[in-house]
Amino acid sequence: MPFIICLVLITGLLKKVDVFEEFLIGAEENLRTAIDILPALIALMTCVCMLNASGLLEAVTTLLSPVTSLLGFPSECVPLAVMRPISGSGATAMLESILSENHPDSFIGRVACVLMGSTETTFYTMAVYYGAAGIKKTRHTLPCALTADFTGFLASVLTVRILF
Amino acid sequence: MMKFAFTILILASSVYSIVNGTTNEVSNAALSGCEEAVRLCITLAGSMALWGGIMRVAQKSGITDLIAKLFTPLLKLLFTGIDKNSKAFKAITMNITANLLGLGNAATPLGIAAVKELAGSEGKSGYASDNIIMLVVLNTASIQLLPTTVAVMRLAHGSKTPLDILPAILLSSLISVTAGVTVCKAFSQRQKLRLAYRRA
Repeated sequence: MPFIICLVLITGLLKKVDVFEEFLIGAEENLRTAIDILPALIALMTCVCMLNASGLLEAVTTLLSPVTSLLGFPSECVPLAVMRPISGSGATAMLESILSENHPDSFIGRVACVLMGSTETTFYTMAVYYGAAGIKKTRHTLPCALTADFTGFLASVLTVRILF
Repeated sequence: MMKFAFTILILASSVYSIVNGTTNEVSNAALSGCEEAVRLCITLAGSMALWGGIMRVAQKSGITDLIAKLFTPLLKLLFTGIDKNSKAFKAITMNITANLLGLGNAATPLGIAAVKELAGSEGKSGYASDNIIMLVVLNTASIQLLPTTVAVMRLAHGSKTPLDILPAILLSSLISVTAGVTVCKAFSQRQKLRLAYRRA
C-alpha cells in the first residue's frame, strides 16, 4: 500500500501535476461523501443495534442455521448476507456489529469481511443507474446480479477456508 | 424501498423486544447505535479522504487512463457490438476502472453516463439492452483491488494484519463476477436463440 502511494505521487510529479494540491481536492471531495453517508449510517446502525439487542437477529440466525451449516456458511454472517444486496450503509453497520462481537481475524470475522469486500449493493445500484437513464424494463439484470451476490457469499466462505 | 425496510426493521425489533423481554436493551441500543454510527463514520472518513486524494493524483497523472487502456481487450469481449472508440465504450471503461480502484463516487456518475450513452445508441428507450445489463451486473458484482473500508474497520477492531484477506477478497470477487457475467451471457444467448427460433 505505501508503495502504491509512492508510485502515484512520483508519477504525478513527473507529469508536472501539483500532487499536494490535487490530493487536497480529492481528499475534500471524499470527505464530503463520508459526511453524506453519515445520515444513512445513523439510520441503519440504529436499526442494526436495535435488531441485535431485541434478540430478533439471534432468533433468525438460529432458524436458518440448519441450512447455513449445510453450506458451511457461518450463521452469524447471514444477516450481513441478507443486508448486503439491499443497502450499503446497512451492510457496513452490520459488519461493524459482527466485528464488535467477533475478532476480525477469527473465521467469522474474516468471512464477513471477505463477503463485504467481494460484493456490492444490488438494489440500490440498479435503482440509481436505471432511474437516471429512465429504463423500466430491466429484463435479466436482477437474476444475474443476485447470482453474482449469492456466488460471492459462497465464495467468501470457500476462500477463507482454503486460504486460512 | 428503504422506507419500508427501515420502518419494518425498527418495528420488528420493538415488537420482538416486548415478546422477548428485552425492551430495556433495545431502548439503550437505539441511543447507542447512533453514537456508534458517528464513530464508524469518523473511522472511515479518514481512509476515504486519503484514498480519494491519492486517486485524484492518479487521475491527473494519467494513471487511470493507462489502466483503462489495459482493460480494453477484456471489455471488448464482454460487451458486444460497440466500437472501441465510441463515447459509450470510453464511458464503460472509465466506470469499470473507477470501480476497480475503489472510487465508488467517481464510478457512479461515469456508470450513469455510460448507461445513457448505450441507451441512446442502441435504440429502444426505457429498455435495458444486453450491454446495459452487462454493465449494471459488473457494477453490482464489484471487483475492488484495494478494499480500504473493510481494511480500516478490521484495523479499528484490533486486527494485526488487516489486509491479509486481500487475496481472499480478490478470489471471491473474481468468482462472483464470473458467475454473474456467465449467467448474463447465457440469458442473452437464450434470448437470441428464441428470436431466431421465432423467425424460422
